[in-house]
Amino acid sequence: MKYIEPHGHMVSRTTDDYQAMALSGCEAVCEPAFWAGFDRSSVDGFYDYFCQLTDYEPKRAAKFGIRHFSWLCINPKESEDPMLAKEVLEIIPEFLKCPTVLGIGEIGLNKNTRNELKVLEWHVDLAAKNDQLILVHTPHLEDKFKGTKLILDVLKSDSRIKPERVLIDHVEEHTVQMVLDAGFWGGMTLYPESKCTGARAIDILETYGSDRLWMNSACDWGVSVPLAVPRTALEMKKRGWLSDQIENVIYKNPIKFLSQTERFKL
Amino acid sequence: MTRNELLDLYFMDSRAKLIDLAAFLDRIEKAEGEADFRLAAFRKALTALENETPSRAKDVLMSLSDPSVEPIEKAPGKGAVGAYPGETK
Repeated sequence: MKYIEPHGHMVSRTTDDYQAMALSGCEAVCEPAFWAGFDRSSVDGFYDYFCQLTDYEPKRAAKFGIRHFSWLCINPKESEDPMLAKEVLEIIPEFLKCPTVLGIGEIGLNKNTRNELKVLEWHVDLAAKNDQLILVHTPHLEDKFKGTKLILDVLKSDSRIKPERVLIDHVEEHTVQMVLDAGFWGGMTLYPESKCTGARAIDILETYGSDRLWMNSACDWGVSVPLAVPRTALEMKKRGWLSDQIENVIYKNPIKFLSQTERFKL
Repeated sequence: MTRNELLDLYFMDSRAKLIDLAAFLDRIEKAEGEADFRLAAFRKALTALENETPSRAKDVLMSLSDPSVEPIEKAPGKGAVGAYPGETK
């Protein structure tokens, strides 16, 4: 069964992971810019990282027959320093010309601070000015509910932003309704210890419908499973989902959202 | 799927998680020292399992969530711990 991994931090993964994903039917992986596990000390570190995302990583993925796309931003975990954030935002437009860049992401909030909100607004402005798709990271654990509400307030207050061109990622049972009600797409992240398990993601699909939801592994350097999407597809089969219904969620839905930018081509 | 089909699919896995949960609480109780706010938050979240409507997962998540609405001035760190130290819903 073919699928798309719409959120994977492949710079943190080995080539064995690419091979396993290719063998499991992965046709494309989309990689949002994120925190490296440590704070980069200057804008130069981000420049190098954006080069890695837009130049090196697509070539590495291509060796396994997988298309690689990326999203660019300064991650919310590094948004407490507005001066650095401003410098990083200034270099992003240069990379938006790259043929595999899908838009601005994963932007959002981490600890729901005023500086994070300010940097989020700058990113939203950058996306609006450049007519880019937006991928949003919602905060972790106890901060998610509050952060999701704050993020939705920012997006809804900007009349230039079309909800159907924004995906709010890492939704769970307490945030999915508000995201879908506001007209945005939602992403469910399949993690073993936090966010959603496969079983819970299927529960959410069965409760809220699958029209504007996708699933991702968000595999990175932490506890995560690069094959979480095909594993959940198998669980969907056990739960009685038909093949075309599964394909809609793991393949056609990502294509539907991502094809809003002409750069997404399989 | 029927209730029994779901039981066939998930009972053993959920049973194992339930026993793990019980063993976790036993382990905490047998250990020394004061527990921080996470244990009380955990115990409070457990009560959501007794709710009569099929929104228990949401209720547990809300019980562990920060209910405030205003952004904070400064991040206390980068990480989250999984529970909120103040009053929750």
